[in-house]
Amino acid sequence: MQIPIEYYLIVSAFMFVVGVAGVLTRRNAIVVFMSVELMLNSANLTMITFASFMGSSVGQLFVFFVMTVAAAEAAIGLAIIIAMFRNKLTVNIDEINILKW
Amino acid sequence: MIQLIYLTVLLPLVGFLINGLFGNKIKNEKIIGLIASGAIGISFLISVGAFIETLGLPAEHRKSIVDLFTWMNVGGLNIHFAYQVDQLSLIMALIVTGVGFIIHVYSIGYMHGDKSFWRFFAYLNLFIFAMMNLILADNFVLLFLGWEGVGLCSYLLIGFWYDKKFEKMTTSDAGKKAFIVNRIGDFGFLLGMFLIYMTFGSLNFGEVFGRVGIFNVDQNVFNFIAIFLFIGATGKSAQIPLFVWLPDAMAGPTPVSALIHAATMVTAGVYMVARCSIIFASAPAILTVIAVIGTLTAFFAATVGLVQNDIKKVLAYSTVSQLGYMFMALGVGAFSAGIFHVMTHAFFKALLFLGAGSVIHSMHEDQDIQNYGGLRKHMPKTAITFLVASLAISGIPPLSGFFSKDEILWKSYANGNLFYWGVGAFTALLTAFYMFRLYFLTFEGKSRYGKDKHPHESPKVMTIPLMVLAVLSAIGGFIGIPALFSGEGGNVFEHWLEPVFKNADARLALYSAHSHSQEIIFMVASIILAVGGILIARHIYMKKPSIASSAMKKFKGLYNLLWNKYFVDEVYDTTVVTPILKTSESFLWKITDAKIIDGAVNGVASVVNSVSKNIRKMQTGVAQFYALIMTLGIVAALFWIILSL
Repeated sequence: MQIPIEYYLIVSAFMFVVGVAGVLTRRNAIVVFMSVELMLNSANLTMITFASFMGSSVGQLFVFFVMTVAAAEAAIGLAIIIAMFRNKLTVNIDEINILKW
Repeated sequence: MIQLIYLTVLLPLVGFLINGLFGNKIKNEKIIGLIASGAIGISFLISVGAFIETLGLPAEHRKSIVDLFTWMNVGGLNIHFAYQVDQLSLIMALIVTGVGFIIHVYSIGYMHGDKSFWRFFAYLNLFIFAMMNLILADNFVLLFLGWEGVGLCSYLLIGFWYDKKFEKMTTSDAGKKAFIVNRIGDFGFLLGMFLIYMTFGSLNFGEVFGRVGIFNVDQNVFNFIAIFLFIGATGKSAQIPLFVWLPDAMAGPTPVSALIHAATMVTAGVYMVARCSIIFASAPAILTVIAVIGTLTAFFAATVGLVQNDIKKVLAYSTVSQLGYMFMALGVGAFSAGIFHVMTHAFFKALLFLGAGSVIHSMHEDQDIQNYGGLRKHMPKTAITFLVASLAISGIPPLSGFFSKDEILWKSYANGNLFYWGVGAFTALLTAFYMFRLYFLTFEGKSRYGKDKHPHESPKVMTIPLMVLAVLSAIGGFIGIPALFSGEGGNVFEHWLEPVFKNADARLALYSAHSHSQEIIFMVASIILAVGGILIARHIYMKKPSIASSAMKKFKGLYNLLWNKYFVDEVYDTTVVTPILKTSESFLWKITDAKIIDGAVNGVASVVNSVSKNIRKMQTGVAQFYALIMTLGIVAALFWIILSL
């Protein structure tokens, strides 16, 4: 018996909302970063789901792209966070607000 | 040669460009003078060629159009850069290039050593270019190009010695005055042009004049067109009420006064009215206005000329007065007589100014005739040519001025009434008087100049032009001998211009049923008045100078009135200039500009400033806040999309 497509999508939507909530509410930059990864992966899950249900390989192909970009982004993002920590001795993003009026 | 007529316009422009762009580098006065005079000289030869060619054509084919290119084609408006060669424009072209050439040559001597020699000749050439456009144009727009162009050159040349003092102001003030007063007239001219376009749907001379008799036009429209065009003419040709700029225009170098402010530019108004004769003939009421204004201008300017002491000022008022005669002629429908006077006046008035320039030159820039006297033995050529011109302007037969002035006076009676003739004839007496006052005070009697001055005859390059003009002033009238004397052939000049004015003449339907004996009586009367004027001047200024001073004391009020030129300048100052200046300063500047305009601009800026001072608080610098806004935005957008599905 096959699991219906709605189940996958609900899980994926839930993961996305958790990611958004994490980005908006957490102070620690690394956690914010992880939440971004969560959102990316929820999008990946959606694409895999549709690819599987529609019998098309395009979705899977896109997921590879997303994973590649996510890996590169993670490397750069972490590097930025380290650089920031060296300067301000904190990774709390609400303390890093020098670009204001 | 007719097809080459565009060269008469182009060559002065080329001369202007060469001297204007490279004159500073050329430096050599001879080369600059040669280029400038050469351009005009060749133009003159081409005009003569075109004239001879036209002469060979039958009278009905003497009008040709040289169409160069389309200038503008917008909607129904189609303006060509086209020149019209006909009897009238040829006469004017010959006057402008001929007298212009002579004055160019004279200027080589007169302007010798001036630091801006090249600039002077560049402007002169530009002037001829504009003037030729004005007289050869075959439509109102091209005419207006020349019309404005000569105004510009007049301004540039009046203020040529821009650092020189002139009376209570500087020469550039005089230039500005000329330009502004001219602009007032030009505004009228423009309105006239608009009205013509609105009424006749074209600005081409041939089309407009052809439609005058065909289109059903209200009389008031004709009156308005005519009065607007005439306002333009009063500005350019220095008639009441816009004549005030011309006496001040004497601030320019004397050859400029001769060329622009006596011989050519100021006659542009006369030319324009003659060109549009059919329109004016359709508005007889306005013709009467023109005649009255011309008569009054002739008279009042002549009376002012009686007492002035500046040699150029006397000549300036004399010019205004003679222009008044021309308008008087136009006003009574004697268009060809007006143009005839334009021609003879160009000869003798240019000669008078050039002679005056020669005198001023030898008196070291002193222009007060009270400081002259007895100059004849030092500068005989100038004196004799000046005498010829004075006789001509006074209307002594058989010099040119006699024929043209007599023609005007006779027509003013035959087509008009005794009032025009009376004032005109009395003005002729005044003319003879002030001209010979000038002549006697300058060239005869005892010398009154200081020991530091050594009067001397001017160089040949200046005296030969004087002699050429003297010959023209003497014999120029013979082409217009009245029908009374010439018998069968009639007046040659009038006959030549007849095709141009025949429609206007037919419309006015003037027929003089006056006998020849009447004409002779009037002629003799005007000769007697002219001779009388000369004799009175001789009596007062040669025999009994005391009369002049005692008359001055006796009629002190009148003398003051004339000496101050009827206070016209002062009246304009208090009624027009000062109110405008005051309103400009206290209202337009200090309220409209400083308060309203600046206030609006600064107000907008300060509103933006205070609003943004509050709004920029949104820019917190916290990335999560931006992300929240973004998310909310996306959610809202998604909601809107989903709900609208």
